[in-house]
Amino acid sequence: MPDSLVLDISGLVIEATSYPPGARPRDVTLVHGVDLKLQRGRVLGLIGESGAGKSTIGLSAMSYGRGGARLTGGEIQVNGREIRLASPAELRALRGREVTYVSQSAAASFNPARRLMDQVIETSVSHRYMNRRQAEDHAIGLFRKLGLPDPETFGNRYPHQVSGGQLQRAMTAMALCPGPDLVVFDEPTTALDVTTQIGVLRAIKDAIRDSHVAALYITHDLAVVAQISDEIMVLRHGRMVEHGTCDQIINHPREPYTRALVSVRALNHVEKPPEPAIVRIDAVSARYRGTQSDVLTDVSMDVAAGQTLAIVGESGSGKSTLARVITGLLPPKSGQVWFDGRTLSRALAGRSRRDLREVQMIYQMADTAMNPRHTVDTIIGRPLQFYFGMKGAEKSHRVAELLDQIELGSDFGKRFPAELSGGQKQRVCIARALAAKPKVIICDEVTSALDPLVADGILKLLLKLQAEARMAYLFITHDLATVQAIADKVAVMHRGRVVRYGAKGDVLTPPFDDYTDLLLSSVPKMEIGWLDRTIKLREAAQ
Amino acid sequence: MPRKLITLILMRIAVGLLLLLVVSAVIFLGVEALPGDTAEAILGRSATPDALANLRAKLGLDQPAWERYFTWLTGVLSGDLGKSLTNGADIAAAIAPRLHNSLFLAASAAVIAVPLALGLGVIAARYAGRWPDKIISAVTLSTISLPEFVAAYFVIYALTQLFPVFQPVSMVFAGMSLPDKLRAIALPVIVLVIVVLAHMMRMTRAAILSVMQSAYIETAELKGLPPVSIILRHALPNAISPIVSVISINLAYLVVGVVVVEVVFGYNAMGQFLVDHVAKRDLPVVQASALIFAVVYIGLNIFADVVSIVANPRLRHPK
Repeated sequence: MPDSLVLDISGLVIEATSYPPGARPRDVTLVHGVDLKLQRGRVLGLIGESGAGKSTIGLSAMSYGRGGARLTGGEIQVNGREIRLASPAELRALRGREVTYVSQSAAASFNPARRLMDQVIETSVSHRYMNRRQAEDHAIGLFRKLGLPDPETFGNRYPHQVSGGQLQRAMTAMALCPGPDLVVFDEPTTALDVTTQIGVLRAIKDAIRDSHVAALYITHDLAVVAQISDEIMVLRHGRMVEHGTCDQIINHPREPYTRALVSVRALNHVEKPPEPAIVRIDAVSARYRGTQSDVLTDVSMDVAAGQTLAIVGESGSGKSTLARVITGLLPPKSGQVWFDGRTLSRALAGRSRRDLREVQMIYQMADTAMNPRHTVDTIIGRPLQFYFGMKGAEKSHRVAELLDQIELGSDFGKRFPAELSGGQKQRVCIARALAAKPKVIICDEVTSALDPLVADGILKLLLKLQAEARMAYLFITHDLATVQAIADKVAVMHRGRVVRYGAKGDVLTPPFDDYTDLLLSSVPKMEIGWLDRTIKLREAAQ
Repeated sequence: MPRKLITLILMRIAVGLLLLLVVSAVIFLGVEALPGDTAEAILGRSATPDALANLRAKLGLDQPAWERYFTWLTGVLSGDLGKSLTNGADIAAAIAPRLHNSLFLAASAAVIAVPLALGLGVIAARYAGRWPDKIISAVTLSTISLPEFVAAYFVIYALTQLFPVFQPVSMVFAGMSLPDKLRAIALPVIVLVIVVLAHMMRMTRAAILSVMQSAYIETAELKGLPPVSIILRHALPNAISPIVSVISINLAYLVVGVVVVEVVFGYNAMGQFLVDHVAKRDLPVVQASALIFAVVYIGLNIFADVVSIVANPRLRHPK
């Protein structure tokens, strides 16, 4: 049955109860009547920003509501059977047998106390249609197909013994092992580094094709979904915006929102002419207490006054550790940090209040960087009071000015962090850093947790503020589109060393060193067939 | 077993032994700090200074404290706990049968209470917030709120008067057969199970429910596994360490904290023995009993820590 309909959703309505701070709980509708159909062997990409309802719709194919979400209306048919109102026993027969799931964080989704093999074959054995031996043989075959090392013995390991990319492949093996009809992939590569992502994407793509399952592929990254799906559905606020073939959505989007998504990440910042350095990092090596190896080895770079130095690298490359050294949180083993004509004390305790004021920091998780019980006024007012001794009317006047600078109205001052959206939270964090009148702001992955359109807004704001106040940014990121959008100079880091450093134009132009080449060529492009072409090029080069 | 794991366990045991040494010194100093000394206790208030001095010299009490401490400690290490003041009997010989009785009672109660608490905890977690959970919680919480002696009298009334199945007094003596002994201690065992059940049950329930929030439990649900197998296979293995540490505290209590129950049932064990000798101011016996209690407590805590260490897959299977 090559074209049999596996999933048929019509008029799906999903509701949940929300508990806003300081207000009565109320029912909110997460998904407003979405229809979709999926045939065997086809891949449908669900794309949208956070809150669009993509995961919620994906999980409805297993009749599962996460965090109290209720499937309140419409029909969900899997293999012709209605499942929205199915009994718990019927759902247990469906889940893990006909429909399986691959989550964003395999590291959290595998049970830390059990061997991978036991978890991979669990459903096949518990649903009693394979015995243990058959299931293990099948799983080993899948491990091999997904490119896992030592497929024969891979399953004997525990989750903490393998890498993030391997876990994501193992989770794909777990989903495919019982021979399902439909697999729901929920952002399976989002948490991975780009150089790891490309291999996992390829493995998932081949596995879907070979096993001839239907797949729902959920992601916020249009460039990724363009590589893997036959059709794409664009979602926003729980409604369908546009649905079409992959080619139509990527190359001929009809709706303005889809066009915005396709063109996003195309910001290009023209690099400024060289300026004298305000921060000079000089041969810094550092290691964490109680460890035997250096996290940073002989790192040197300059940040020019009023300009942006972007530090790019994968997780574990030492980017954030460098930020800790500059702020004094981690005293370096050797080397020095020069700032505005003076040497900064190695440790935080030795720094003057002026040193502290002039180097500010903005973090990736704006959520956890603010006290949830303080209002925005208090959060922004704190550095004004601490560094400048401002009080009363003077302080509230300045807070209002800062709120204006970050393009939020002064009525935001009375709100608590929980009442702000992700982008607004990050703006408040920017205002807090700005309040100190710093000369340098260290931005640690400040746009990584944000949706692309929101992230673009933050980048534009940062550039505007830089032009107004001539601050220097040390901008830490793993994302090359962000580098393109904001940097004047770029340092590429790999395993604690600077592998490439210079003006943005020079760093991002060939000839490359091996690592920078690998990194740049691994970034998904918004072109159909990019994945296959890149893999072929690499195989040809070997 | 990986070397790191063995090192950790050995470290934990070494720390336990060190702790025991410190506790022995604290016990010795505590007894030392009591007003009056053994000589006064023996001779009474009317003793003449000469008689006291003579007796102190005879008992070695005129030696400096640290010397007496080391004499005591080396004695203890070679199994000599000293002599009782009241009757001059060898303390080790007097304690042995009572310690045996204490351990026997504690073990019998534990064999019932621990599996029962785990089972009820799993059931309560499975039906969290629903009626089986509420009934289990209500019953165990009301039993824990009863003072032991009230529970004891209630059990005696129910099982010797209403339904006369057991004897109200738990006399055991050498030469009794095991079934007779078990029958004799049935009532105190029931009381102790009632007393320790709730704490262990609540912790089992809480530890499982906290693990149930994890992403891997959602994975298990999305695999279509039945609820009980999710709890037993996915949640429980990750909830072992808090559960074991509460179990070990309760086991220690069963050995050293049950004097009231011993008295009510006339059971001849460590608690009653200690209280008797405190009343008689028989300091060497008090000192020896306190040390034995410390050994039990520290030993069970080491056991709980070792189980936690071994239960951690990151330590058991390093990268």
